[in-house]
Amino acid sequence: MKAVWNGVVSRSVIWLPYLWLLIFFLAPFVMVAKLSLSEPAISIPPYNPVLTLAEGPAGWWADIKRFSLENYVFITQDSLYWRSYLSSVWIAFVSTFLALLIGYPLAYGMARAPRTLRPLLLMLVILPFWTSFLIRVYAWIGILKKEGLLNQFLLWAHVITEPLTILNTTTAVYVGIVYSYLPFMVLPLYANLERQDLTLLEAASDLGCTRTQAFWKITWPLSLPGVLAGCFLVFIPVVGEFVIPSLLGGADTLMIGRTLFDEFFLNRDWPVSSAVAVILLLILVVPIMLFQRSEARSREAAS
Amino acid sequence: MNKQVASFRRSFQPWDDIDATPFIEFRNVTKRYGAVTAVNDLSLKIFEREFFALLGPSGCGKTTLMRMLAGFEEVSAGSVLLAGNDLVGVPPYRRPVNMMFQSYALFPHMSVEKNIAFGLKQEGMAKADIAARVSKMLELVKMEAFAKRKPDQLSGGQRQRVALARSLAKQPKVLLLDEPLGALDRKLREETQFELVDLQENLGITFMIVTHDQQEAMTVADRIAVMDHGRIVQTAPPTEIYERPQSRYVADFLGDINLVEATFAGTTKGTVSLETSQGGTLKTVGDVSATKGDVVWFAVRPEKLEISRTKPASGDNLFFGEVWDIAYLGDQTAYRVKLDNGIFVKASVLNTRVDVDNPITWEDRVWLSCAPDAAMVLSA
Ligand SMILES: Nc1ncnc2c1ncn2[C@@H]1O[C@H](COP(=O)(O)OP(=O)(O)OP(=O)(O)O)[C@@H](O)[C@H]1O
Ligand SMILES: [Mg+2]
Repeated sequence: MKAVWNGVVSRSVIWLPYLWLLIFFLAPFVMVAKLSLSEPAISIPPYNPVLTLAEGPAGWWADIKRFSLENYVFITQDSLYWRSYLSSVWIAFVSTFLALLIGYPLAYGMARAPRTLRPLLLMLVILPFWTSFLIRVYAWIGILKKEGLLNQFLLWAHVITEPLTILNTTTAVYVGIVYSYLPFMVLPLYANLERQDLTLLEAASDLGCTRTQAFWKITWPLSLPGVLAGCFLVFIPVVGEFVIPSLLGGADTLMIGRTLFDEFFLNRDWPVSSAVAVILLLILVVPIMLFQRSEARSREAAS
Repeated sequence: MNKQVASFRRSFQPWDDIDATPFIEFRNVTKRYGAVTAVNDLSLKIFEREFFALLGPSGCGKTTLMRMLAGFEEVSAGSVLLAGNDLVGVPPYRRPVNMMFQSYALFPHMSVEKNIAFGLKQEGMAKADIAARVSKMLELVKMEAFAKRKPDQLSGGQRQRVALARSLAKQPKVLLLDEPLGALDRKLREETQFELVDLQENLGITFMIVTHDQQEAMTVADRIAVMDHGRIVQTAPPTEIYERPQSRYVADFLGDINLVEATFAGTTKGTVSLETSQGGTLKTVGDVSATKGDVVWFAVRPEKLEISRTKPASGDNLFFGEVWDIAYLGDQTAYRVKLDNGIFVKASVLNTRVDVDNPITWEDRVWLSCAPDAAMVLSA
């Protein structure tokens, strides 16, 4: 009896994460997918058909027969959507690269700082999370706007004579994204670099490497799993980012998250926006799977 | 005990030559880590082509000493010289010194082959030469079959062999080996010891080796230095350091020793007389700077004590007691005898015959004895 119970408990431990995924990931996804096959309507909720429990199986079947791929066809026909997708992926790509460029030296410096100082530095990286993301993005408006802090400083320092237009441009979006997502780049890099065995560098130096050569031959290749993790952690959410482009970006900053938001709340076209979301997910499945693979591989290497 | 591979090099004794210039020299070197003094005002001369072994308990500063020579640590005081040049400020990659790390420090993202080739590639050696050298090294450490493996796919002993091969590959002027053979089984260790000595003969490399295995030190080294708390207590060739240790510390660190506290009575015709607290007399030979009444120690190695159930004819240095413990070690048998005054004395006998009639056994009453020149007197 006890053995049976233990079996149930240990099995439930295995199934619990799957249950979690089922409830909080798969179910909403199925709902969104279903929505994307419906058609918009001026009603509450604003789409047709609405599957309700009251209808019973016969009613559901009738509803399911009314599903169509029309929304997807529509998306391929309007260039706004695929331009948004492309632009999002491009912005995510550039931002990831910039975050790596800034984040790597940062993480490296942290990992090589005196041991007693490291917790403090780590704390400083995590600290921004303690205030709302939205407020931090708003703060950038104050910094970047025409009469903002940045322009005031540059005018005062006589670097410029006319205030620059930064806010509501793609540049502002890059600034906001790189700022917001930098910790996601720094943390995995730091974890990797801090773990590295420094005697390897001594061995390299013993075998004739200068410090720079030792970095490129030892530190960099060994940090690649961290680089990869950081890049995916930045790239994947940035593709769907919507707050930053809508607050800091201009009218010409196309990002799919923003398009989706507009479709959903301004046009109230829930089916089309659901179709946009489903396609976004499909686009992201590739990098997500690559990320999973590399994580699994580095976990294997570590054990 | 004394396998003495290096014995045919008996004429090689540059340390006795006052005019010889040392190849490596530590001059009053001190290394402090905060409050810890890892190396304390240490001076040492090592000569070209010498095989030098460092021996000492854990934490006595052996690794630190090597790291200062390799260039990973700066000295806190004093200087390190190589071929007469002060090494201060010379980075590790410009020193003609290679080190095998105690922790191996193999590059985890490179195969065994690439690890060994690393230093050669760095040097700009031609590809074909690198390949030839690498395969020679692989053969030397018997790792040919593992050339393509990554370090994490190797056993501890295999990793150690790769680390050894990597440090040997560049054939530097000076090779520092920090416990190079500790993880190898006895057979492989002995073979590798001979290979190292051969390499040193053929390539003229100066070796500095750290080991916890005194037998290994005696096998390979021209000279051995025994360290204690950041200082060198004695530096001498293996025979001398074993047979003529200058202190109880060295005598006890290398091999087994029986120590009996006594007072110095005097020296007549080279024979030193000592008095035990029980009023007995012990005789030995050797130089000792002591005056009558000073406390000194009568010291004798277990293998130099004779053990028998009958009282020996010669009356020198006699001890009488009961066999307390017997350890059969194959080539020899070790006895622990409890003397009537409560002191334990160790004696060992080579097993030269297969069967012995009526062997000495537990609780036998036995006599232990040694000639005066088999024992020594230590004043420190
Ligand atoms: N980086 C360091 N910081 C502080 N103390 C150190 C450092 N490196 C070594 N020490 C200390 O210096 C002393 C000598 O260390 P060392 O590594 O030279 O010992 P060792 O003789 O090689 O010992 P083992 O036989 O265990 O390898 C030790 O007390 C050690 O704790
Ligand atoms: Mg050590």
